[in-house]
Amino acid sequence: MLEHQQAQELSQRVLKRVGEDQAEVVLIFKEHALTRFANNTIHQNVSEVNLTVYLRLLHGKRLGLASTNRQDSAALDELVARARTNAQASPEDPDHPDLIKPKEYSSLDCFDQSTASYPPQERADQVGIVCRIAQEKGLNASGAFSTGASGISVANTNGVFAYHKLTDADFQTTVMSEDSSGRAQASAWRVSELDPESIGWEAVRKAERGRNPKDIKPAEYPVVLDPYVTDDLLHMLNLYGMGGQTVLDGRSWMNNRLGEMAMSPVVNIWDDGLDSEGMPMPFDAEGVPKQKVDLVRQGEVKGPVYDRYTAKKADESSTGHAIPPYFPSFVRAIGPIGLNLFMAPGKASLEEMIASTERGLYITRFWYTRLVHPSDCIITGMTRDGVFMIENGEIVYPVKNLRFTQSYLEALNNVELIGRETLLLKSEFGSHAKRVPALKLSSFKFTGVTV
Amino acid sequence: MRDIINRALNQAQLHQAQYADIRVVHNLTETLVVKNGIAEEINFAESSGFGVRVLLDGGWGFASSHDISRQEVVRITDLAISIARASSRGNGAGVDLGPPVTSQGRYQTPIEIDPFELPQEEKLAVLLAADSEMAGVLGVRVRRSNLTFIKENKWFANTEGAFTEQTIYEAGGGIQAVAIGGGEVQTRSYPSSFGRQQVTSGWESVLDWDLPGNAQRIAGEAVALLTADPCPSDLNTTLILGGDQVALQIHESCGHPIELDRVFGTEAAYAGTSFLTPEKLGSFQYGSEVVNITAESQRPLGLGTFGWDDEGIPAQSTMIVKDGLFVGYLMSRETASQLGKESNGCMRASGWDRTPLIRMTNVSLESGDWDFEDMIADTDQGIYMETNRSWSIDDKRYNFQFGTEIGYEIKNGKLGRMLRNPTYTGITPQFWNSCDAIGDSNHWKMYGTPNCGKGQPGQIAHTGHGAAPARFRNVRVGVLN
Repeated sequence: MLEHQQAQELSQRVLKRVGEDQAEVVLIFKEHALTRFANNTIHQNVSEVNLTVYLRLLHGKRLGLASTNRQDSAALDELVARARTNAQASPEDPDHPDLIKPKEYSSLDCFDQSTASYPPQERADQVGIVCRIAQEKGLNASGAFSTGASGISVANTNGVFAYHKLTDADFQTTVMSEDSSGRAQASAWRVSELDPESIGWEAVRKAERGRNPKDIKPAEYPVVLDPYVTDDLLHMLNLYGMGGQTVLDGRSWMNNRLGEMAMSPVVNIWDDGLDSEGMPMPFDAEGVPKQKVDLVRQGEVKGPVYDRYTAKKADESSTGHAIPPYFPSFVRAIGPIGLNLFMAPGKASLEEMIASTERGLYITRFWYTRLVHPSDCIITGMTRDGVFMIENGEIVYPVKNLRFTQSYLEALNNVELIGRETLLLKSEFGSHAKRVPALKLSSFKFTGVTV
Repeated sequence: MRDIINRALNQAQLHQAQYADIRVVHNLTETLVVKNGIAEEINFAESSGFGVRVLLDGGWGFASSHDISRQEVVRITDLAISIARASSRGNGAGVDLGPPVTSQGRYQTPIEIDPFELPQEEKLAVLLAADSEMAGVLGVRVRRSNLTFIKENKWFANTEGAFTEQTIYEAGGGIQAVAIGGGEVQTRSYPSSFGRQQVTSGWESVLDWDLPGNAQRIAGEAVALLTADPCPSDLNTTLILGGDQVALQIHESCGHPIELDRVFGTEAAYAGTSFLTPEKLGSFQYGSEVVNITAESQRPLGLGTFGWDDEGIPAQSTMIVKDGLFVGYLMSRETASQLGKESNGCMRASGWDRTPLIRMTNVSLESGDWDFEDMIADTDQGIYMETNRSWSIDDKRYNFQFGTEIGYEIKNGKLGRMLRNPTYTGITPQFWNSCDAIGDSNHWKMYGTPNCGKGQPGQIAHTGHGAAPARFRNVRVGVLN
């Protein structure tokens, strides 16, 4: 792993090549490994080491970008030359803010050496436990166990230098029979906090309970949702409306709802990069210290997160939410988003939510969810890995998977109960995670079934 | 380069690996984005590194690094060996890779104008011209135009004697207009959805697309959509899809379910499985008799066009659906041997830091014999939809639901009023069996999908899909309204 001093030295090697222009260097580094299994055996087992230098060069109000993962002198010369060429070609943008001045950063405890250096043999042993449980039950386990370390540093020509490294671990498994499946997942920044065996048992129990699913008619049903589903609700609401750029563009579900009650009064959602109950990060990709941002408080829409560019446009202050430069282009186009989302727990257990449901569905996972219309954040997707009919407060039988077409905003307006436990779930786009509870909604709209 | 490659392969053999390969990749990606008259991003990204894949005692190991040095290649090969050892625990069945692969040679995408040789100002001028055209249309709130160019050099070698070198060029670009008003948000894109069309080509394709020449039209359509009638709801009708939407329909409902790794369950936890199980091969009526689908990695412009796949298998053509009958899979060496077949060259990694997976090459619907105008004229009642807006399909690839940017009513053989928020849904084999007309070669185009996600850790593949407008009967439309 690139340590503090090495990051500082590499950043300076770039900045001293820049000359009179303003420049910001972001280093992204990682050492990650992932063991993948299917059919109760390991079939892919991989590791990667990378260090990328991202340069933002401001030539007056003209911005040029370049990156490389080579660190030799010639590569850094080319990096600066390419960023400068790009900046000189760019039309002036008077809204580009100047780079930040030095800041104070919180020191966060989220690096665990045993997670950073977790060996492939240990991952294989833990995977083997889950595969054996499934095999003994006549089931088929698949999934992934990832461990590793990553980090970011930000330096600029104003003397800013910020450095952060963290570890992460994630275990997820899908266990299948001929006609059913169950899934479970957990994430942590300390691998010792994961219990793959209990994750495996959770998936096994769902798969066993899901055998012989019955046909079901698509309609509106009350639903009890596992935290894995809540994770998807927040993910889509985040992508399509919790960032300053989507609000400025007029494409956010927050537009025309700021200060309004848009969700149930029991719903509280915020982003907090400083909370070690998540996968924290003390600053963003512009070196701005992270702020805790209330997005929805007691059902009221409070406002989006901002980076420096969108904050200036909106006459606000940056909340420390510039997204890292390695994000895919479609996310970069969306602009700032929450990377450390939390939803406040309630007081109910999952069993109490089911017991309070006269007739409804217990949903364990959503799949392939996509935006259908942005104004109300209408999403379509499928259920997957276990759907169960609830009658008179008890799970009575499994049902086949359904397609839904539903406003996620309306869904969170229908929240009746919130689970008292929360689960930390890592994003597939890097070392970011959400902490979310289970939910009970009074209604959810299903529009189709599958074979 | 030979020295680095030989060190990896020798080191793997010293550890008694049954098989090893190495890919060294150097990727240059240039991105230019203009939004509302401002250059949002002018970016030049360079990424290089190598990945070593070894097979030892029936277990696979893959390790990769950005540091292409003699010392690092030995360390990474040792790491791949140790990972393979961990994988091999409890793996009873051996891995059969089929016949050895000894490909040799060099391939380069044929291009006319190298985009990396052009000044940034020339590329930016195209985007600014398109932006200016869109800006002239009242009611457009967000204007976005972009170009992407990729040049990737890749060296591949294995312990069986293969050594190949490839240079792949890609050119991508597109424009998008967003209109907002009356509680509606409407988007129109050109030449394809998700911001851009992409092909293996040089700058000449950008000139062919004529982004500025189409900018005013799509901006006007975005504004018109705000007040267009909504797509009728919960109606079963005749549906005609534009070629760009047919391309995505192929990708999701044919391309993914024919991936043999999905069929064998090795993507079950993430991407899912497939309804096209092996007993259906050669006997399942996937579509109507007019439906012919191929997977071909030699087709001009396709994002799945190359010299060799990432196991060194030469580019080739495979019949997937012949006169409606399901006859072929996308295969790797390992999965093909499980069916008693040989790989048809579909193993592709998204970069040096990822192990290859079975990915689509160019999975295309072959052209039919209908002129588009005749297809519309032959339809009494129905809806025409084009340019994808949303896409979702279940984990076995049966139930799908798509939304498109724009629709038009078809009445008495003519295109009529514009329809907003069009959606349609169906079950894959029922849908393709309802296909009764496919556009002819004049309407057939190669589309690119540069955003296909699969695998853990995630990989984004670039796939090609040739398609023409096609007609489907008795389809459920209007799920949103």
